[in-house]
Amino acid sequence: MKGILKIAYKLLVNDKGKFAALLVGITFAVFLMVMMTSMFSGILHRSSATVLNVGAKVWVMDPAINTPANNIPMPDYVLDAVRSINGVTYAVPLYSGGALVKLRSGAYQSVTVIGLDDSSLYGRPELLEGQIEDIYGENAFIVVKDAEFPKLQNPRVGTEFEINDHRGVIVGIARVTTSGLFGVPTLYTTYNRALQYIPSTRFTTAFILIEPKNTTAIPYIKQQVKALGYEALTKDEFIQKTSRFYKYQTGVGTNVLIMTVISFIVGLCISGQTFYTFILENLERFGALKAIGAKGRELVYMILFQASFASLAGFGLGIGLACLLITVARLRMPSYAAMTTYTDIGLAFIMVLIIAGISSYIGVRKVLKIEPFDIFRG
Amino acid sequence: MAELAMQATALVKWFGEGDARTVAVQGVSFDARFGEMLFIEGPSGSGKTTLLSLISGILRPNEGTVMVEGRDIWSMTSDRIADFRLNKVGFVFQDYHLFPRLTTVENVAIPLILKKNDWDKSIDEAMEYLEIVGIKDRALLPPVKLSGGEQQRVAIARAIASHPDILIFDEPTASLDGETGRKILDFVKKNILTDKRCIIVVTHDNRIFEYADRIMTMEDGRVIGFEQGGGREE
Ligand SMILES: Nc1ncnc2c1ncn2[C@@H]1O[C@H](COP(=O)(O)OP(=O)(O)OP(=O)(O)O)[C@@H](O)[C@H]1O
Ligand SMILES: [Mg+2]
Repeated sequence: MKGILKIAYKLLVNDKGKFAALLVGITFAVFLMVMMTSMFSGILHRSSATVLNVGAKVWVMDPAINTPANNIPMPDYVLDAVRSINGVTYAVPLYSGGALVKLRSGAYQSVTVIGLDDSSLYGRPELLEGQIEDIYGENAFIVVKDAEFPKLQNPRVGTEFEINDHRGVIVGIARVTTSGLFGVPTLYTTYNRALQYIPSTRFTTAFILIEPKNTTAIPYIKQQVKALGYEALTKDEFIQKTSRFYKYQTGVGTNVLIMTVISFIVGLCISGQTFYTFILENLERFGALKAIGAKGRELVYMILFQASFASLAGFGLGIGLACLLITVARLRMPSYAAMTTYTDIGLAFIMVLIIAGISSYIGVRKVLKIEPFDIFRG
Repeated sequence: MAELAMQATALVKWFGEGDARTVAVQGVSFDARFGEMLFIEGPSGSGKTTLLSLISGILRPNEGTVMVEGRDIWSMTSDRIADFRLNKVGFVFQDYHLFPRLTTVENVAIPLILKKNDWDKSIDEAMEYLEIVGIKDRALLPPVKLSGGEQQRVAIARAIASHPDILIFDEPTASLDGETGRKILDFVKKNILTDKRCIIVVTHDNRIFEYADRIMTMEDGRVIGFEQGGGREE
């Protein structure tokens, strides 16, 4: 068996021109697919940045909210009602909204302000500099050091700025796991200061964060929140809802999907066509093998091996190329959103398997049909 | 009867149906004996290649039997027939059918590899066959770099690599000059033919008839006669 596959390997690889064309086709297709889906994954991931960074287990919000960037404030009684639900250990409000900062240079920069519950500071970020208690200080804000940080002209602890005509001062620099999608820096402050500094509507609570007693309490909490006319989602559900929104309700998803399908088709055509020509050119060889005494099954293994080998090699090259490009791009552009997830790689792998499958199917059909007699007659 | 390598009885093969039907072989019976060179000759289209295919397990006859070692090969499953071709028959195709992407020695090793031998061992053994046919020094070249006569030798080395009982040559000298053709036949007769093997040669080339033990003549799909060849030493 191994010997036959080695013959198959040599027939394939020694045909340098065809093999190169096959590899290029598959590599190109995988590269495009992975780039597309990685970009999309990056966007999806970042669109849930707040959810990931705050890290609360259960989020209560208006049912019309699609992403954490949406802001439909809820009346205050909701918080009290949620607090009294059985299974809720504690529930705190979270403020999330936009504001305009005037920097020392006089330039304006819009920011996202996240207001943490004053008493618990639930959802606080990890600090690189400063103390979290300083957030209670006068005009205190904590700035997130992410890709957007330089847009605030690289503030340090003590740096002052104006925020909606109030004085603000940086008391800490925080690190978060995920930076946001929209290219605006993030400031943390307390819930009450956020309300005070940022003009708000009558209702003020954007989200209520719940710490449930245990996971089994969650379904009941959800049901009770629903009875209030609001929606409670676990962290993962909220991330999924956000993803679904970007996938199906914005142009991003459809366009990425179309591009992915196109790269798949292009890859399939190039590799399928090249493999088919390869098989056609080697039909005589396969016929000779059959005449000499190779069984049909063995010829099928040879073709499957050739198709899989070329596909897997192309797959590896394509993934490698995409990762390399993304890494390089990230070095040059810190806010570049592409992120290669296992799902993306898995998706590309499935597509490569389909390409290999279709190519070998065509090849196998051809090869099983050859009559060694025709080879014999010349 | 033990010296019979193969016994064909009442073989019939036709192609196509209805008006388009051509009967290529019509009721041919003959046998091939160990230790002999049997030549098959006849005009173009007389059914020689078809007959060779019928007796070597390549083409299924419409009627008749091909007995080898007491069994009708065409009563076996297709896997067994493939094994028969691999183990009992060696083919030297008219246009050789060497693999241009493999080296000469790898070409020769193919039947050994198909027999599931270890790759390195097959290559070593193939080397010995190349030595027998006298072109060991060409082992690592691709066959396209070899002359016609040398390619013929590669094809012979490949055919004998599987230790076949029946060795089949279709027009072995068609693409060689007279001198080279005779040299090859001379070589085959002296080195490849053993008394445990029979060699069947299809040819138009009467210059090599002197190497035949028996010559079978075909016309229109029938055998019209047997002659003793020039090589018969009785
Ligand atoms: N696959 C096929 N389909 C239809 N007719 C065929 C087929 N193969 C062979 N024939 C016919 O069978 C007859 C015998 O052909 P075959 O090739 O056996 O002759 P041959 O004696 O080997 O001739 P040549 O000396 O030219 O090689 C011819 O008339 C040929 O046209
Ligand atoms: Mg012929």
